[in-house]
Amino acid sequence: MKLPDLTELALRNLRESVLRNSLTTIGISVGVASLVAMLSLGIGLQQLASRRLMKSGLFDTVVVSSRRDLRNFGRDEERSGPTPGESRILDESALREIEHLPNVVEANPDIRFITELRFEDKPHLTMVAALPESQKSNDAFESLQGHFFSSDNAPEVVIQKTFAEELLGKTPKSGVDESNVKDLAAPLLGKELTMRYAQREAAPSVPMAPSPEPASGDQSLVGAAYSVISREQKLKIVGVADLDPESMRGPTRARVFLPLKLAESLRVMQPTDLREISRAASDQPVYSSLSVRVKNPAQIRALEDAIKKMGFNTFSILDATRSLQQFFAVLDLFLGIFGSLALAVASIGIVNTLVMAILERRREIGIMKAIGASDGDVKKLFFAEAGAMGVLGGILGVALGWSIGQVINLGTNVYLKRQSLPPEHFWSVPWWLVGSAILFAFIVSLLSGLYPAGRAARLDPVQALRYE
Amino acid sequence: MAMSGAAGLPQNNAPAVDATAPMAAIRTEQLCRHYRMGDTVIRAVDGVSLTVRAGEFVALLGSSGSGKSSVLNLIAGLDSPTSGSVIVHDRDLAKFSREELAGYRLRTVGMVFQSFNLIASMTLAENVELPLRFAEIERGRRDRLSREALTRVGLQARMNHRPSELSGGEQQRAALARALINRPKLLLADEPTGNLDSRTGTEIMNMVRDFNQQLGMTVVMVTHERALAERYAQRLIFLADGKLAGDEANETLGAETGGAQT
Repeated sequence: MKLPDLTELALRNLRESVLRNSLTTIGISVGVASLVAMLSLGIGLQQLASRRLMKSGLFDTVVVSSRRDLRNFGRDEERSGPTPGESRILDESALREIEHLPNVVEANPDIRFITELRFEDKPHLTMVAALPESQKSNDAFESLQGHFFSSDNAPEVVIQKTFAEELLGKTPKSGVDESNVKDLAAPLLGKELTMRYAQREAAPSVPMAPSPEPASGDQSLVGAAYSVISREQKLKIVGVADLDPESMRGPTRARVFLPLKLAESLRVMQPTDLREISRAASDQPVYSSLSVRVKNPAQIRALEDAIKKMGFNTFSILDATRSLQQFFAVLDLFLGIFGSLALAVASIGIVNTLVMAILERRREIGIMKAIGASDGDVKKLFFAEAGAMGVLGGILGVALGWSIGQVINLGTNVYLKRQSLPPEHFWSVPWWLVGSAILFAFIVSLLSGLYPAGRAARLDPVQALRYE
Repeated sequence: MAMSGAAGLPQNNAPAVDATAPMAAIRTEQLCRHYRMGDTVIRAVDGVSLTVRAGEFVALLGSSGSGKSSVLNLIAGLDSPTSGSVIVHDRDLAKFSREELAGYRLRTVGMVFQSFNLIASMTLAENVELPLRFAEIERGRRDRLSREALTRVGLQARMNHRPSELSGGEQQRAALARALINRPKLLLADEPTGNLDSRTGTEIMNMVRDFNQQLGMTVVMVTHERALAERYAQRLIFLADGKLAGDEANETLGAETGGAQT
């Protein structure tokens, strides 16, 4: 029998016992809905995590450092190529060269230093880092109190919540995060901090000429090619960040952030300046590291290779994403197994329905065989009925699963809103899941139809025709 | 009833058979069908050997339990013999696979039953065209052939009715249309008038006789009514307790046929 005829006859037969077949189909749809709901949650959470990490700038960023950096010793790439002492310096020309590599969106020097910040005449020692304008979209600043820097060279700072607590003299209990960033920001926004820092000043000749802007504590290094001048800079607190934008950096993470251009203009003494003493004497700055951003995380590997060829070391967090993907693959697998349990129960319903149909239609099967239906025709007919229930149940189930997801998403976002948290979309039903769920329901239904269809095909036509 | 040409029906490879030709359409040799019920062996058919010539109209007669329906089922390929053989057009059915037997029932045999055996959930047109679906005939041709077949048995106005909406006679006419739609060489009828009144039974039997005479179809009819058999069959075969009890030509056929046609 041809497929259109099979389908037509199967649908006709399903309509004949509409209540029983509808209940079986609903059973399948509940199974599919549970599967779709579970997997959608897993996929949604994965996408949410990926989105968060993407926004954090960790995934599309390569950190470039010089091989002369002592911290790099022992790495594999150092064992080949030039010795650290002979390798290239990470200076302005290297920065420009990296900026022009394919797929690079931006390359910024990593300026960070430990310095003293005075607030209301009290000194506070902390790590300060420079941030480019592009960091404005960093996830950590999503719930920023106040605003981001008004320009890339404005004398402004954004401080992290823990530093705000320190400034206000609040000591949080370990492991308990009680303070509200809104309450912390209110007394600090608009206030001034005074940053004391060491400025690197190029010396025109040796011995050093007196500094053009003598400041208290001028500490010219005799015999060195530059001076280190102690300076002060007034900075206005414009924002307090709830989250830690540098949470992945560990001990080197900063708690105070400056605009990048301002930080560059301050010419703050960097650890590399001591190592590259001759270079640092010139106007050209030398960087300890650069942060290079690409358009797409998929381009990270190629960029790392290109930068390594230039003679620098690279580091990206790409490997961390691999373990994250692995985690979500396992999570999806478990959610899928739990979701499939309901479908397994539904498949027993299909077997039951079809076995009942064989009993009811015993005579009909006998008639069909008497007028020329082969065992294969009868088998295919029952398969088609099982398959039709599977496809219908699959479509209904996907719709039901999607609706459940929407309701839960809506409910959770209402809850998040009440908690003054930004809304999240952690439920995702991609097209491949829609197709796969329907296909899976179809295959499970066909497998369920295997036994009843075989039984119907083997019916003895003489016995079947006698059946009343 | 006009049966000329059976226009549009799928053609069998074999030409129409001359009723007078001596060629055997069906031959059974020591045919046995035994059933076991506990320790008892029921000999439904017990060593029946008979020959039906192509184009012949034969009646199998006997009382209930004589084995006539069992013989018919064996000839139809619905059942397999315990021993002996059924040879149809020189082919031994015992050597057919299940698929080949289905093909044989589809293309060579047309069956009519006492209880009509139409599928209740289908309309008449759908019932009649069902064998064509199994034969994988395309829809347009199928519709045309089923319409023609139902017109031939006078049910063109009832095509879209379900069997439950029809009288017994109409249902049996529809069953005849279904049996003939593949233009089979053998028409096997199991008590075709058993559930009908005498007037309707005569109508049906006249149609069967017309198919036999005009299409050259071999007819084997099971009945327990001797008068009916004598009115239509050319030969009467008697069965008793599963054994052949008699085989005689119907001498009275000419006069009875004339009477039946009026």
